[in-house]
Amino acid sequence: MRLAASLAFAAAALIGTAAQAEDINVKLGVLSDMSSLYADIGGPGSVVAAKMAVEDFNPAAHGIKVEIVSADHQNKPDVGSSIARQWFDVDHVDAILDVPTSSVALAVSDVAREKNKVFLISGAASSDLTGPKCSPNSVHWTYDTWMLAHGTGGALVKTGGDTWFFLTADYAFGHALERDTTSVVQAAGGKVLGAVDHPLNTQDFSSFLLQAQASKAKVIGLANAGGDTINSIKQGAEFGITAGGQQFAGLLVFVTDVQALGLKTAQGLVLTETWYWDMNDANRAWTKRWQAERQGKFPSMVQAGVYSATLHYLKAVAALKSAADGKAVVNQMKAIPTDDPLFGKGYIRTDGRKIHPAYLFQVKKPEESKYPGDNYTLRATIPAEEAFRPIKDDNCPMVTN
Amino acid sequence: MATLANAATTPARRETAWSLAIAGAALVIFLIAAPFVLYPVFIMKALCFALFACAFNLLIGYVGLVSFGHALYFGWAGYLAAHAAKVWGVAPEFAVLIGTVTGMGLGLIAGVVAIRRQGIYFAMITLALAQMMYLVALRVKMTGGEDGIQGVPRGRLFGAFDLGNEMTMYAFVAVVALAAFFLIYRIINSPFGEVLKAIRENEQRAVSLGYKTDDYKLVAFVLSATLAGLAGSVKALVFQLASLTDVHWTMSGEVVLMTLVGGLGTIFGPIVGAFLIVAMENYLAPFGQWVLVIQGAVFVICVLSFRRGIIGELAARLRVRL
Amino acid sequence: MFEVFGIPSQALFGQLLLGLINGSFYALLSLGLAVIFGMLNIINFTHGAQYMMGAFAAFLLLRYAGIGYWPALVIVPIIVGATGVVVERLFLRRIQKLDHLYGLILTFGLALIIEGLFRNYYGSSGQPYGVPESLQGGRNLGFMFLPNYRAWVIAFSLVVCFATWFAIERTRLGSYLRAATENPALVRAFGINVPRMVTLTYGFGVGLAGLAGVMAAPIYNVSPQMGSDIIIVVFAVVVIGGMGSIMGAIITGFALGIVEGLTKVFFPEASNTVIFVIMIIVLLIRPAGLFGRSA
Repeated sequence: MRLAASLAFAAAALIGTAAQAEDINVKLGVLSDMSSLYADIGGPGSVVAAKMAVEDFNPAAHGIKVEIVSADHQNKPDVGSSIARQWFDVDHVDAILDVPTSSVALAVSDVAREKNKVFLISGAASSDLTGPKCSPNSVHWTYDTWMLAHGTGGALVKTGGDTWFFLTADYAFGHALERDTTSVVQAAGGKVLGAVDHPLNTQDFSSFLLQAQASKAKVIGLANAGGDTINSIKQGAEFGITAGGQQFAGLLVFVTDVQALGLKTAQGLVLTETWYWDMNDANRAWTKRWQAERQGKFPSMVQAGVYSATLHYLKAVAALKSAADGKAVVNQMKAIPTDDPLFGKGYIRTDGRKIHPAYLFQVKKPEESKYPGDNYTLRATIPAEEAFRPIKDDNCPMVTN
Repeated sequence: MATLANAATTPARRETAWSLAIAGAALVIFLIAAPFVLYPVFIMKALCFALFACAFNLLIGYVGLVSFGHALYFGWAGYLAAHAAKVWGVAPEFAVLIGTVTGMGLGLIAGVVAIRRQGIYFAMITLALAQMMYLVALRVKMTGGEDGIQGVPRGRLFGAFDLGNEMTMYAFVAVVALAAFFLIYRIINSPFGEVLKAIRENEQRAVSLGYKTDDYKLVAFVLSATLAGLAGSVKALVFQLASLTDVHWTMSGEVVLMTLVGGLGTIFGPIVGAFLIVAMENYLAPFGQWVLVIQGAVFVICVLSFRRGIIGELAARLRVRL
Repeated sequence: MFEVFGIPSQALFGQLLLGLINGSFYALLSLGLAVIFGMLNIINFTHGAQYMMGAFAAFLLLRYAGIGYWPALVIVPIIVGATGVVVERLFLRRIQKLDHLYGLILTFGLALIIEGLFRNYYGSSGQPYGVPESLQGGRNLGFMFLPNYRAWVIAFSLVVCFATWFAIERTRLGSYLRAATENPALVRAFGINVPRMVTLTYGFGVGLAGLAGVMAAPIYNVSPQMGSDIIIVVFAVVVIGGMGSIMGAIITGFALGIVEGLTKVFFPEASNTVIFVIMIIVLLIRPAGLFGRSA
């Protein structure tokens, strides 16, 4: 009797400890711009997206406990790398998500590699992240500059926009965008008639727009972002650029920029994104859930990317039963094909690039928009295999070995 | 008209130097014990900013000159130090040296231009120079523009100490900072320092006593810029990054904030101010949206009712020098 | 047509005209700053944030009250000016006796608070605000297409600038103001309520900033950062013109706009540094500014 009781007790204790040993603790850090330029593109909306992914994954069923923290990198590489260090060193964060602003992403990528943790990039654009600066600890989700250049540039040239004039923000990112798009335009048989550099955060584009008008190029490429793009388009409307038959190509435009401009000003703008809330029922349903916490706003492709990346990361951790070794988790993520309600089926390449289709959109005219958020018409779909830079052109040290 | 530095006027009596010794000892003890309790990178960051603020305080608290463009020396020294360590591959001690010399050189050029004017015009010139150099940093290839110079190697100090080890790096930063604080203390309490204080109190009188005040002001300016450069170079190595944030005018504003909060014209004021502001920003990182508002509120409160700053108030209440 | 240094005259005239338009913004903004510094010896770093509040007020009036551009031109300066009055009463009055630089730090702090609050509430992307119906479109001048709205900006700025200058330099009220700055005690002895004049003057200067904000809303991105983007340039204009001189601020504002326009043609990358270079040169040669009275 006593023996039976102690055996039962021992068995219960064993089962108890076994159950505890199964509970893996995972901590996710959403590092984004919470207060400035990209707060609506990433920001608190990304945190909501991550939370939704955790809910949908149901960690308890896999013996995982997930905690989410977030912070504001204020678009500064030093703030970002500082927070990343502290999170990895002190706060036991296993994976960092989002990070819009390429300069911050580059810094965080270095830290993640140094500490062997995971970095899932959704917000940043630079194609260098899967190129010369690729890392076995990072996965670049959502989009990049190569995709943008080839999407918008290529599509426009095909539809007759064969002469281009660039308005370029005079810093590395702007020049990269201009360079990538120029090569696409020229490869497709188009001509670049000229370009003008403008200082970052310029208020007044009238003189640059004048030059663009004088060039008579069919397409005016905006190799800039954020406030600069908005100002260029707003003032372009004033100067009758689109009325005069020229077309703006927004090389890095988000749905939030379109909202800021208003449809009247932004109509006709051509841009490339990899996810739009109104494209299908799954997206719409997800958006409705997301909007419960972000009233009056619409999710961007960056936030959708955070959802998709979190889901896939958790799948990999569940398969490995551990989040400790960053490289191992990323390799697992590359081994399993991706599948989620937002991006559908896809996969992650050896260089860390997530592959999925891209879409060419055009901003609707005000009269075409039937309800709030109805901003885009789908013009073309770029299949996944063509949307991103071929791996052989990467110059990624991991791959050339 | 009450001058900016009036807040800092406490009787300079030799016999109260014991308060400084106590405070100094407390600082050393804190620095020795802290890395075992707090996150070392946080303390290193605070020390770099403390040095920056002390350098700024040398000018505003003791000479009475307000520079709104101090980020110029801090940031550009960081760029040169980072470049030297990463591209030229020099050892960390030389990288820091190169950065510090950059600060000195830029300080000399800026000083020669700015010293010729006083008060608000001096401040405006420093602001204009800093803004220009910010715009240059934005465009010049070497600085990496928006990306900054990333992946700066920390290297081996004197060929022997691997600065990649967090504690070794910490020891290096702490030693450099303490040495610099001591240097500032010696500068302030030298005959040279007394002349500076005389210029702050009443420049005309100093001139009439035969001092070439412009020369003194220039030397003080260059010293201040050099030390700011030292701070910037060390910071570049700590974070292995030099970026535009360090040359932006908001960085110049931050150092004013730190010095004001800590106490103008006190030795330990800027150190305390720097630690406080860095801690505040750290604590508020999850609430990024409120940082701007809180910083602004601190500025307003300090100006309205707290002009002497924390250490300044403490020193006044206890009637000692701090 | 003919060429000037390799630039076709068409482009040149176009840029000059655009420079004039920008200059009118600079002039309008620096006018408020110059009034405040000239009359009150206060360095108002909050000016950029008050300009931004003007633009936002116009946007809010349109979105929530359906009040359009034309009424906003009158209502907004009054609202923003009123906030200025509150600021003066609550904060600036207390530090009147202190060094100028405390005023600068205080107003800088206020600017941070205002910008931070707006950013928290509205985010940074910007709000839509269109050009009013009656001013849309433009005319082709041959060398460039001039939007009607921009032509209006030049005209209205000139009128406001001239009216302000006239009010301060040529009317009795203006002379009371000027006297009150030079010798408040004496002016008080004449029975004039000096503190009230100070408050109203500050409010007026701030109202001018709000007015510039309304005018900017249709063409510049209405975002919380718009103030801090422009404030340093406006300061440079005021310093070059002479910190106490109304006419100096006006002329320098327009002149600098033109110089910036020319730089954009011949040396575009330097177009935002040129103002600072000029400021340094002027401060070295004539520290009181081009039109200032030596302190």
